[in-house]
Amino acid sequence: MELELSSEDVAFRDEVRAFIAENYPPEMRVPNPETDLTKEQSLLWHRILHKKGWIAPLWPKEYGGPGWSVTQRFIFEQETSRAGTLPPLAFSVTMVGPVIYTFGNDAQKKKFLPRILSGDDWWCQGYSEPGSGSDLASVRTKAVRDGDHYIVNGHKTWTTLAQHADWIFCLVRTDPSAKPQAGISFLLIDMKSPGVTVRPIITIDGSHEVNDVFLEDVRVPAENLIGEENKGWTYAKFLLGNERTSMAGIGRSTRYLGRLKQIVRTEVGEDDPAFGEFIREIARVELDVLALEATELRIVAQMSRGIDPGPAASLFKIRGTEIFQRITDLTHQAIGNYGLAIREHPVSANRFMPGPDYGHTATEKYLNSRKLSIYGGSNEIQRNIIAKAVLGL
Amino acid sequence: MDIQLTEEQELLRSSIQRFLREQYDFDERRKIVATDEGWSRRHWKSFAELGLCAAPFEESSGGLGGGSLATMIVMQEFGRNLVVEPYFETVVLAGGLIEDVGSPEQRQEFLPKIMEGDAIWALAWAEGRSRYDFHNVTTTARRHGDKFVLSGTKAAVVGAPWADKLIVSARTSGQQRDRDGVSLFVVDRHAANLHLQSFKTIDGRRAAELTLMKVEVPASQMLGSEGEGVAALEAARDRAIAALCAEAVGAMTELNSATLEYSKTRKQFGVALGTFQVLQHRMVDMFIALEESISLTQHLNLTLASKEPNGSKLASGAKTKVGYAARFVAEQAVQLHGGMGMSDELNIGHYFKRISSINVQFGDPAYHLMRYAQQS
Repeated sequence: MELELSSEDVAFRDEVRAFIAENYPPEMRVPNPETDLTKEQSLLWHRILHKKGWIAPLWPKEYGGPGWSVTQRFIFEQETSRAGTLPPLAFSVTMVGPVIYTFGNDAQKKKFLPRILSGDDWWCQGYSEPGSGSDLASVRTKAVRDGDHYIVNGHKTWTTLAQHADWIFCLVRTDPSAKPQAGISFLLIDMKSPGVTVRPIITIDGSHEVNDVFLEDVRVPAENLIGEENKGWTYAKFLLGNERTSMAGIGRSTRYLGRLKQIVRTEVGEDDPAFGEFIREIARVELDVLALEATELRIVAQMSRGIDPGPAASLFKIRGTEIFQRITDLTHQAIGNYGLAIREHPVSANRFMPGPDYGHTATEKYLNSRKLSIYGGSNEIQRNIIAKAVLGL
Repeated sequence: MDIQLTEEQELLRSSIQRFLREQYDFDERRKIVATDEGWSRRHWKSFAELGLCAAPFEESSGGLGGGSLATMIVMQEFGRNLVVEPYFETVVLAGGLIEDVGSPEQRQEFLPKIMEGDAIWALAWAEGRSRYDFHNVTTTARRHGDKFVLSGTKAAVVGAPWADKLIVSARTSGQQRDRDGVSLFVVDRHAANLHLQSFKTIDGRRAAELTLMKVEVPASQMLGSEGEGVAALEAARDRAIAALCAEAVGAMTELNSATLEYSKTRKQFGVALGTFQVLQHRMVDMFIALEESISLTQHLNLTLASKEPNGSKLASGAKTKVGYAARFVAEQAVQLHGGMGMSDELNIGHYFKRISSINVQFGDPAYHLMRYAQQS
């Protein structure tokens, strides 16, 4: 299924396709790019895109964006995801970057934006806390003003790839007496500051993606405050809107679905009692992908005509994650007995892993993708958003 | 990809909407269904005057050239208003078949009357044991000189009691389940030796079981090539599915908005039903089901309009996905209306029944899921 493209857009698509084919680093083609690459390896593609001027499709031209139309941005997203390239770090490029150029001052823009684009700074997100999951407004990490500094104390958790991070953007409470949303500020903290400790959290798939980040009497220069004190909730919501725009994940789901079909063809014979169930379930999920893709194209066409997509992002997040979880679930079932094995970390140690190569990441993907319906505003929160914004409930 | 309607299409949509709003509310529909005939010739003439009956046909056939997108627009509005008149049967099914495989003489003879609202048609393809397979045909057509003689029974022919003409599939050669050898014939509804047993359908229409006991049909009334009726019916099914999906989208639209409205006004335990999160999330899922159905229906209609390959597989996909979505929305609309959802007085149950009827016409979602899977 394709958008109806103008000849300029077709030329652009071909250019993107050729650029990926010629430039995507072969060393990034590992079994599971999200867990198997070192920090430097995972930045290779980032730096190539930066050199080309394509690292930040969303950004306005004046800050280093490529100045693409809605349609071009969509084409780029579609081509990179169909080709299975590792997306540049979202916390840097998609999340904190737009907050800084939208709400930051000139000094902040000058200091941070170029280093985000170049990949010199790696950012992580200090939102969740042990007591603040979906209820983000309940953050307790405190920032108390002390002359030109804030003294920050608190505990952030589920912090993705904090082990690589140079900076963390944090929601901190600056006015404990105000209503929950009104007393929050948006603060940028250097991870090398004294008092910052990172502790790994190992998830059920055995990987180390997320961390606890402890902040103990961390002195943060007041110039690292974004916008106004106590207005952080506004910036946080702006950021979450960006986070959810591209969660339909059609390219990824299409690739994984293709792989699932191949595995089923090899592993599940027609005499297998589960054969019919696999055929039906694969067809069902394929139709789910098709319907979501058609919806995405419909919304992109509307956006390119200047129509506000509204809460479409929530719909994409809900359906996109449900679909991908289902595909990983079916893939895990399809590898049969070897579904009880999982690669040991670190994977660079190359320990023995039984079964055919195509099944080696099935278990870890199934386990890891449980997170999708939880993070970025759980799917239940997304349903609340649609109920309020669309249905008026 | 998103259908930005042309001025002409907008005009078509708004003229149907205005007419139905003013002349075809739920009370009026109830009265029409309760009449002896069960449909309104007066409204049918109005549809023709509005250009609806000519809308999808090619300009070379004397139509307005609107194609499958015009059909989609009409059917969506008809779905929203539960229109019972046999537009689907006459214009989409029979008209589509005549335009697709009819000879120039047949197109000249039949299409103008359809477009002017002067003829009602029905399509008799199913048999008691055929389920959804066009090739499973026992009715026979034997050639005698310049005539065919048709014998057999046809099942659940929607609109047959209202029809002037029928298109009947019958075997001119081969065995019961052969793909080849099925032919289509135009049969006068009042032909000698043709018997109808009429019955009311769940969605307020009339249908009939047909018995043909040596019905004589002139050879000139064979529609399309001899023995190639199955392919013609398959193409007709793709168009039929595109239209039925649009109708289901219309029905789902009304069910969702009525359910939402009800949840905001109906109070239990001292609060509006819509304040309960479990019901909010249910209605969000109904909203998502509708959005996805709109997307797939548009995608299918655009694909058929551009005559791209893959249209038939996509039609099966849409029939599956939209069918399941519509069933979910309809069942939940009844559930969220509580006891009122069971009442014949309310329109909710009537949308439910139309959706149930759509789901068993031209293949149910399970049938098309497997058809889709087998083409992957």
